[in-house]
Amino acid sequence: MRFAVIVFPGSNCDHEAQYTTETVLGQDVSMVWHKETSIGPADAVILPGGFSHGDYLRTGAIARFSPVMGAVKAFAEKGGPVLGICNGFQILQESGLLPGAMLRNSDLRFHCEFVHVRVEQNDTPFTRLCTPGQVLKVPISHGEGNFFAAPDVIADLEKNRRIVFRYVTASGDVTDAANPNGSLASIAGVCSAQRNVVGLMPHPERACDPRLGSEEGLILFRSVIDQFASTDAMQAV
Amino acid sequence: MKARVFVTLKPSVFDPQGRAIVEALHTLGYDKATDVRQGKYFLLDLDVATPAEAETMAAEISDRVLANPVIERFEIHVDADATPAGVVK
Amino acid sequence: MAALAFDEATLDRHGVTREEYERIVSLMGREPNLTELGLFSVMWSEHCSYKSSRVHLKTLPTEGKRVVQGPGENAGAVDIGDGLAAVFKIESHNHPSFIEPYQGAATGVGGIIRDIFTMGARPIALLNSLRFGAIESPQTRRIVDGVVRGIGGYGNSIGIPTIGGEVMFDERYAGNPLVNVFCLGIARQDEIVKGAATGVGNAIYYVGAKTGRDGIHGATMASAEFDEKSAEKRPAVQVGDPFMEKLLLEACLEVMQTDACVGVQDMGAAGLTCSTCETGARGGVGVEIDVAKVPQRESGMTPYEIMLSESQERMLLIVKRGREKEVEAIFEKWDLHAVHIGEVTADDKLRVKHNGVVVAEVPNLGLTDEAPVYRRPYADLPGRIAGNALKAADLKPLPSATDALMTLLGSANIASKRWIYRQYDHMVRGNTFALTGLTAGVVRVKGTPRALAMSADGNGRYCELDPRQGAKLAVAEAARNVACAGGQPIGATNCLNFGNPQRPEIMWQLAEAVAGIGEACRALDTPITGGNVSLYNETEGRAILPTPVIGVVGVIENADRVTTRVFPSAGLDVVLLGDGLGELGGSEYLKTVHGLIKGEAPKLDLAREKALHEWLYTSIAAGLLKSAHDCSDGGLAVTLAECCFDSGGIGVDVTVPAAASDGGVDLTAATLFGESASRAVVSVAPGDTAAVLAAATTLGVPAKKIGVTGGSAIAIAIDGKGGVIEVSVADAEARWSTGLSKWFGPKDQG
Repeated sequence: MRFAVIVFPGSNCDHEAQYTTETVLGQDVSMVWHKETSIGPADAVILPGGFSHGDYLRTGAIARFSPVMGAVKAFAEKGGPVLGICNGFQILQESGLLPGAMLRNSDLRFHCEFVHVRVEQNDTPFTRLCTPGQVLKVPISHGEGNFFAAPDVIADLEKNRRIVFRYVTASGDVTDAANPNGSLASIAGVCSAQRNVVGLMPHPERACDPRLGSEEGLILFRSVIDQFASTDAMQAV
Repeated sequence: MKARVFVTLKPSVFDPQGRAIVEALHTLGYDKATDVRQGKYFLLDLDVATPAEAETMAAEISDRVLANPVIERFEIHVDADATPAGVVK
Repeated sequence: MAALAFDEATLDRHGVTREEYERIVSLMGREPNLTELGLFSVMWSEHCSYKSSRVHLKTLPTEGKRVVQGPGENAGAVDIGDGLAAVFKIESHNHPSFIEPYQGAATGVGGIIRDIFTMGARPIALLNSLRFGAIESPQTRRIVDGVVRGIGGYGNSIGIPTIGGEVMFDERYAGNPLVNVFCLGIARQDEIVKGAATGVGNAIYYVGAKTGRDGIHGATMASAEFDEKSAEKRPAVQVGDPFMEKLLLEACLEVMQTDACVGVQDMGAAGLTCSTCETGARGGVGVEIDVAKVPQRESGMTPYEIMLSESQERMLLIVKRGREKEVEAIFEKWDLHAVHIGEVTADDKLRVKHNGVVVAEVPNLGLTDEAPVYRRPYADLPGRIAGNALKAADLKPLPSATDALMTLLGSANIASKRWIYRQYDHMVRGNTFALTGLTAGVVRVKGTPRALAMSADGNGRYCELDPRQGAKLAVAEAARNVACAGGQPIGATNCLNFGNPQRPEIMWQLAEAVAGIGEACRALDTPITGGNVSLYNETEGRAILPTPVIGVVGVIENADRVTTRVFPSAGLDVVLLGDGLGELGGSEYLKTVHGLIKGEAPKLDLAREKALHEWLYTSIAAGLLKSAHDCSDGGLAVTLAECCFDSGGIGVDVTVPAAASDGGVDLTAATLFGESASRAVVSVAPGDTAAVLAAATTLGVPAKKIGVTGGSAIAIAIDGKGGVIEVSVADAEARWSTGLSKWFGPKDQG
């Protein structure tokens, strides 16, 4: 399948997103510059991590106006799988494709470390190979990952099972100590109402090799590859 | 025309920076400082003729770009010559 | 001859002595105008010209079969196989970090990154070596906080991982923090771009941020001591923009992939002046620019200001005539505006015009190669060595060895630095093959089976006692750290941090340190490929501890064979390499428990040190070592404890040989906390121990199995005496984990 990785000025983790999908998982990858108005042929879109526009004004606040976002929105509206990682998640929030906004980490410090997240929902393209409650060891690297939304929005997300990942201990418990940034309801990632757009603050593309400390992030990519393979197989070409 | 825009976190949103500042003020003896909220200040130079046009444009700019309505609110002041009140160092 | 054009106050403000002024006049054949004086003032500053240190730096070994680029360019380079080179250098940004810690540190990071990508290398790793005053001081903590945020703020944003470093606290750095930053990048050897202007008629391009009045006289500030007026120097500190530099980095690397540029140089210290005259001097050509064409951020800037500005994130490119449009288009894609500001000429001058009128004209070589070279007098202070002699009477009775160990583990110098490096993105680019904090910095080299290990180390206390020895030990320690990760050391870079070189005893420290670096680098086969000198690190006449910092780079041939300090399981044999001679001189124990910097720096047998390194990286390559940790600050007891940390609570049970001598002090302390060189602690699967010991014997490295991993305690006996140290791993690790973080607020625990 073909992944389109969107590259904004200041994106850094486009590199890892490409490496994991192309080199580690053997898929086709297009690197799409933010000024393009088309993402070309793509089966899934990744908005990678980094510091688009230096995080100036607010994280993702300027990137959301990039020409390419029109095409990303259209792709998402048609049900295409979109994964927003870290800054990518923030851009999706600013674009209105995902709910909530990010505040500074509650201890006002940047955190680069391994955490554990629990997969709450396995009916999204990126979690379909996970079992509900599965715990993944993945790294975070952010200064503004403190998920906030108004109480009614949070309630709606809970009710509609749109919280996809939560920060937990290694044994899968939600605790304050396991929450690295103060996110409400320990939210590490959410999905859109249609469930095809998923955003998360941790970096699954960095957890792709035991020598890097974990390969438990691969399952997110394998999941969407699996979905593509099964729909592909089902369609008569 | 000049428009001054103040963007702050909504009252319902916890402001850890503001809290850190209050704590610092208390250690310096300013017990009477009961709350601080930190925000951003934008000074816009707008090439329009009237304050009303400036206010409308500033409101649009603030709503679309300068503030994130999920977590922030803004207030706008338009002056022909917008110098901030008080001492500026 | 009287200085007619300028009074003494003006010369003083420019940091130009009367003799230097006369030299300028003689070089020019006339008196300079103010703009020309400004050019000389920055180029002949200590920071840019190395005038006090050059005679000594010339003695360093800079050649070797792996050296692709030695000193003289923006960075050095060594061959790492497959036609690739590691391009690296270390640099200081000390004075600005005292004045404005965040921006000083941030712009230091920005500056060294530019030095790497200006050579056509993509930067893939950062290290830093930081020194601050005593942690107990709130002002020190404010500086620590700012520097750490600044390094993180810049490095994280530009997307280059900060994978390691060292941090040290001592009141001698109180008014003069040291911020040394190391950067390493990868380039194809045949694609390395140099900073030379060549080809008469080729175009000179400026790209990057607009020029403002930042940092004017920054180079001269770095060459002056601090006094009470230092706070007023705040306007001279530059503000960094890592986003701009990210764009520059990507755009420049893209441009350099075409062959449209003959030379590239970044604008760092002395900005436009330095980049133009240096590229001209290296190419043996002249450079002519019109400063009116330089994009400016502020109005009414004079040519003087434009030439001296140290605004960040700017590059100079020498573009082949006819290829200008191509280069401009690539920069436009990245929303950067590359501006044609001048030409390469056939004469040898730097000619500065303003709207077509010549406002300054100076011989390039006059600004560069003809800068004064000082042979400053140097001599040790009489009675200094005798005054430092360590006597048993100096010491309080030893607390229990366990208490002393816990005190050391909980001290800021030894304690876990996780509170710091958690604020750095150490994983970006997906190459970090050893978790930060567990060994030297290690990044794999994609497209090859290799990884690179790197470490930056120094020890101001050893150098205070014996600068030559201390410098040798710094080189040895950096190389040893690299070897413990599995790397074969192949090259080095040095950052010399000293006080006022006009004082003979400081100059002596520098001369001795350089001699020590040279001796060690020759013996360990790690030629110096470049570096930096930072002088005048004193406040009101009191200098820092003399602190040469060495960055060493090593190659790990098989990236699967990276080793950390952590015991991976119970039931392994623990092997001690090297001999403990009981040397407490300059040790962490002596300073932390007894408040003293005294004695003699540890001895160093460079041949034996080299043999240890070879044994380490060959044994690791053969898959024989499960973990490896070098003995350094705090001595053997601290080393053994650190091997247990981050292991999930695995303990160690060992009997160590008593040190060869009690150091004139106390045999237990000397054994446990002495900092003898050339030692390491490794863990080995029991089936491999015999092979491991045999290999050590063959290489002439003393080696002895001293115990096993397992249990939940750190249990250390000395020869016949049991229970000398007995503490649970949990308690020791808790003390160690919070030793630094406890100073920074309750939210920052763990």
